[in-house]
Amino acid sequence: MTPRARAPGPSRNRGPAFVGAGIVLFGLVVLQQTTQIPVSPLYSKVGPTIFPYMVAAALVALGIALIVQAWLGQWGETDADSDAAPVDGQSLGWLALGLVLNVALIDFLGFVIASTILFVCTARAFGSRQWLRDTSIALALALLAYLGFAKLLGISIGAGILEGIL
Amino acid sequence: METLDALLQGFAVALTPVNILWALAGCTLGTAVGVLPGLGPALTIALLLPITFKVDATAAFILFAGIYYGAMYGGSTTSILLNTPGESATIVTALEGNKMARRGRAAAALSTAAIGSFVAGTIATIGLTFLAPVVVEFALKFGPAEYFSLMVLAFVTVSAVLGSSALRGLTCLFFGIWLGLIGIDLQTGQPRFTFGLVELLDGINVIIVAVGLFAVGETLYLAARHRFGKDEVIPMTGSLWMTAEDWARSWKAWLRGTFIGFPIGAMPAGGAEVPTFLSYYIEKKLSKKPEEFGHGAIEGVAGPEAANNASAAGVLVPMLTLGLPTSATAAIMLSAFQSYGINPGPLLLQNQPQLVWGLIASLYIGNVMLIVLNLPLVGLWVKILRIPAPLLYGGILVFATIGTYGISQSWIDLLLLYAIGAIGYLMRRYDFPAAPVIIGMILGPLAEQEFRRAMTISQGDPTVFLTKPLSATLLALALAALAGPHLYRALKR
Repeated sequence: MTPRARAPGPSRNRGPAFVGAGIVLFGLVVLQQTTQIPVSPLYSKVGPTIFPYMVAAALVALGIALIVQAWLGQWGETDADSDAAPVDGQSLGWLALGLVLNVALIDFLGFVIASTILFVCTARAFGSRQWLRDTSIALALALLAYLGFAKLLGISIGAGILEGIL
Repeated sequence: METLDALLQGFAVALTPVNILWALAGCTLGTAVGVLPGLGPALTIALLLPITFKVDATAAFILFAGIYYGAMYGGSTTSILLNTPGESATIVTALEGNKMARRGRAAAALSTAAIGSFVAGTIATIGLTFLAPVVVEFALKFGPAEYFSLMVLAFVTVSAVLGSSALRGLTCLFFGIWLGLIGIDLQTGQPRFTFGLVELLDGINVIIVAVGLFAVGETLYLAARHRFGKDEVIPMTGSLWMTAEDWARSWKAWLRGTFIGFPIGAMPAGGAEVPTFLSYYIEKKLSKKPEEFGHGAIEGVAGPEAANNASAAGVLVPMLTLGLPTSATAAIMLSAFQSYGINPGPLLLQNQPQLVWGLIASLYIGNVMLIVLNLPLVGLWVKILRIPAPLLYGGILVFATIGTYGISQSWIDLLLLYAIGAIGYLMRRYDFPAAPVIIGMILGPLAEQEFRRAMTISQGDPTVFLTKPLSATLLALALAALAGPHLYRALKR
């Protein structure tokens, strides 16, 4: 709620406008998908499409309003703040790598190993370089979590190499 | 008397050894996640939703309620010692509490926060005990049209009024409603927005959305901004015993905070931000030493902390009596009710007295547990704050994976989790609030159901929402809440 330092006027960064455009586009996709929902004439007045149409209309309208707001430079105080600091691509890269490997490997190697890899990549993204410490903590945590969920709560987290031994 | 009898029955349920253990587990876990920055009660309860398949409903809700209350206590510890509010509602506590800690009065700040939370939590739970049956009487008169209008009012207040931007809040709300629409329409059996995927026929699980937004999105944001590991934990200094002056300055603030927090929390609008800021403002006005505000005034911790806890109890009133969640945590608790096949609403108190009164009784017990956990044992929680960020966020993502992969053992769910995490990252970057997404997702399908019921009864005549007086009043209130701030600003110019 601090007073805006910048005078209102066309915004210098385009991020918020793109977000607004994305929401309009998304609203249009919702609209297109809504037309694909088959409606039985029995329910024509209060059928399954009324709410979806409302949501689509609201999203398109809100997206347009957000574009206007971005254009006028009235996005709010976080605008300048969030675009001043550069995004740390390296950190984000490590994190993305961990997430991708997790999805790709969890079915083959099992939860414990896939999660250990995810943990180590995440720790690296947050600046840790102690591979050995991270790996051992990750393995212990994943095993503990697996046993806790599988044995105590009876929730199956899938099978895998290590899981088969336990 | 009827209420007291029911409450006694509730204590009989809550005081069984097993349920005491569930309450203790919930309070401990809740305090821990409240203390840890980046974790909150909504995320924790979402991750624990699978236990609803294993544990009976009463035990599960005693656990969830412990987490809910515990996170409120734990959040204040983080705000005071780290100046990183763990919960949005403890922002105000950080204002004065962290200043107190910097001046070597950390222990006194923690004490007034914990005792204030206890006082407010207990009084507000008494309020919940006696208000709930009254609201139920009133709510029994609601038809589908009134329910729909009430939900519209709640939608407007949680998304447009409470956040920093009405447009962004409403966008998130409609995104949430859309997520809720995915899957087979229960009335006609038509699949909606499934994009031909069999996995989406049953809809998207709220666990995936909550964990994606709160855990994955938050982690991505923090990693990208490098906003971690920069805050120092202020060591605990001073005595936990408050001085006579501290007591004198605190107790009125606790009571005022309680009486601001509970009614606002109990309204269909809900939210803890408004009462905490209001309490801070009032304490500043009433203080004999207003010059201390901004430099560590104890009233500025006592009042808002009490308001925060009282509003947390208040939120349970519309949740239990109307089935109307007004916070992300309440929305996830509602989905836990649904997974037991229980519909929260006016009939809940009649149909499930054991559950409701056991839950309420466990709140009294939980408050006692929490003050013990948070005052004498506060040193333990301070240790948790020292977990290095790389390990903390690594752990959060591992638990996010368990919570999601454990539902279905499907990598498609994990992919969906990360996609929603990416959306959560963008939302965080451009200051879109997450709570309206969760509330829209849970409440949206219920609102649609009431809307279609009302329209069916009126044979397709949409004016039914305006011709019923109560429904029209609720819609007028929603319109006023939406347009009011703009009109006020326009008139002020």
